[in-house]
Amino acid sequence: MARPVAQAAADEARAGDGQARPAEVGKGELRVEHVSKVYDPEGAAFVAVDDASMHIAPGELRVIVGPSGCGKSTFLNAIAGFHSISSGEIWLDDELLCGPNKPQAKPGADRVVVFQHNALFPWKTVLDNVTYGPIVQERLSKKEARDLGRERMEQAGLAGLEDRYPSELSSGMQRRVEIVRALVNDPKVLLLDEPFRGMDSLTKSVMHESLLEIFDKNKVTVMFITHDIDEAVFLGDKVSVMSTRPGRIKETIEVDIPRPRDYRVLTSPRFRELMAGIHGEVEIEARKAFEAGEREMA
Amino acid sequence: MATQRAAARTAPSSPALPDDGSVGTQPGPADPQEGAVKRELFKYRLRKWLFSPRPFLMLIGFAAFLGGWYLLVDVLGVWRFGTLPGLVEVVTEWTAREPAYGVSLFTSEYYTHIWVSLRRILLAFFAALALGIPLGLFLGWSTRFREFSFPVFELFRPIPILAWVPLAIIMFASDEAPVIFLTFLAAFFATALNTLLGVQSIDREYMRAAFCLGSSSRQVFRHVVVPGALPFIFTGLQIAMGVAWFSLVAGEMVAGKFGLGYLINSSYTTTRYPTIIIGMITLGAIGFLSSAIIRLVGNRLMVYRARAMA
Ligand SMILES: Nc1ncnc2c1ncn2[C@@H]1O[C@H](COP(=O)(O)OP(=O)(O)O)[C@@H](O)[C@H]1O
Ligand SMILES: [Mg+2]
Repeated sequence: MARPVAQAAADEARAGDGQARPAEVGKGELRVEHVSKVYDPEGAAFVAVDDASMHIAPGELRVIVGPSGCGKSTFLNAIAGFHSISSGEIWLDDELLCGPNKPQAKPGADRVVVFQHNALFPWKTVLDNVTYGPIVQERLSKKEARDLGRERMEQAGLAGLEDRYPSELSSGMQRRVEIVRALVNDPKVLLLDEPFRGMDSLTKSVMHESLLEIFDKNKVTVMFITHDIDEAVFLGDKVSVMSTRPGRIKETIEVDIPRPRDYRVLTSPRFRELMAGIHGEVEIEARKAFEAGEREMA
Repeated sequence: MATQRAAARTAPSSPALPDDGSVGTQPGPADPQEGAVKRELFKYRLRKWLFSPRPFLMLIGFAAFLGGWYLLVDVLGVWRFGTLPGLVEVVTEWTAREPAYGVSLFTSEYYTHIWVSLRRILLAFFAALALGIPLGLFLGWSTRFREFSFPVFELFRPIPILAWVPLAIIMFASDEAPVIFLTFLAAFFATALNTLLGVQSIDREYMRAAFCLGSSSRQVFRHVVVPGALPFIFTGLQIAMGVAWFSLVAGEMVAGKFGLGYLINSSYTTTRYPTIIIGMITLGAIGFLSSAIIRLVGNRLMVYRARAMA
């Protein structure tokens, strides 16, 4: 073996979990330690996330579920560096992204976000979108970036769309292009914030399979946020349930369904069992949020 | 070992990436045929337009207007319409080699007025564009800059252009500069304000996306802020062109020695009534052309929008 130490460590990282995607050691380990986020600390002091901790192993696909408004996006945006945190620390491998003396992480291509709404630049062609990252970072020459972009697009079944504009694509294709645009940067972590929200269920299931396939070809740690439990269990290596008001990682469940998974998994007894368990947890939270809402109204 | 596992996971899975059942996203034909395809498309569209009711309605509109004018002024001369120059008189004057009042398609004086007005418009418009767009972009981009300069801007913007006339004449010694200044001022405010609105209209997610793809602030400015504001900028330029003509004519009536506004005003004081109408129609035509050019340039720069609407 070329790098025995690295290999051993990588195996260790996957210990007890035969399914985590293979990843190089030291690439994409995300640690969130006791993070809190208070919006408007001087005024309303709204606690959106309170003492949340989470540890995602390199190459793991972690799904975070929770009812709407429980603080999932707040959590993700803190990791991405779109806003500050109020306390705690976030580490990516050996780098402290944010902590006590550095409340806000700097956004960067090691943690690319795929947004809920299509955030492809409408004024750039699909290929110019895909090659945007490597070119602005001056990581690749224009020609190299275009070659890489074409190659990745082809792998993702998007060949022939290079010179289209995003508005000419279906929403499913737009999502795929956006995921390719992120992965072209070889990020350590890919952060997805309810990327398939609002899609019909058929499109969604096709997207799920294609997403898993794209990820299999890219060694990357994934944090995937959703409020859809089917989606969570189908995609995740592990599923973390987020509690509501204030948001906190309440429980993490390992999904021991072997990969590759396809739609047939959806009807397997184990899938149903996991679903039921997670559904119970999330429902408690949704109910709490609902009742809290009622109290506020009263 | 790890590779083996990966292979095992990748291999069976679903057949190549399936499409999500959407329509209209097939790759287009190869390049060589594209020119021919475009020509065919153009012919098809032209034919469709010609056989649609639109050109027909357009002709009816013009015919009704000219007919109404002819009837009311030339034939009937009812009410005060009798005092206006008639259609026949204006057309005869406009196309006469030896016009009775000195200005027609065949006199160089006509083109001098057009050229003088056009030059003022172009100078003022491009100055407004060169200053207004950057100002608007920075107003939208930098909160600090906006906070100290926008209130001043907002105080000056509502002042009607005509209120600037005395100051403009005092400020500038020459005949030419006050008119250009007034024209510039109106266009400048419209351009800067719309550019600012354009920057503010940009979805925050585009900026976030650009930052997390590794852009510096300058790159976000160049790749997101400028193209994102472009649709509003072009709306602003349309408006700017409109108010520029308005202010130009006002300025020329007050302070000019040449130009279409001056022509109209001086024709009035010397009772050359058909010439007034010639000046007005010329203004209309040039104004229409200038808007059309801006629209054309806009479509060129924002191909993605034209395609989205197709
Ligand atoms: N910028 C903000 N200022 C104040 N409150 C906010 C802000 N953004 C989100 N919130 C509140 O924080 C809570 C969590 O929001 P969010 O993280 O978007 O939830 P989720 O993504 O789970 O639906 C919500 O109650 C929301 O109203
Ligand atoms: Mg959210």
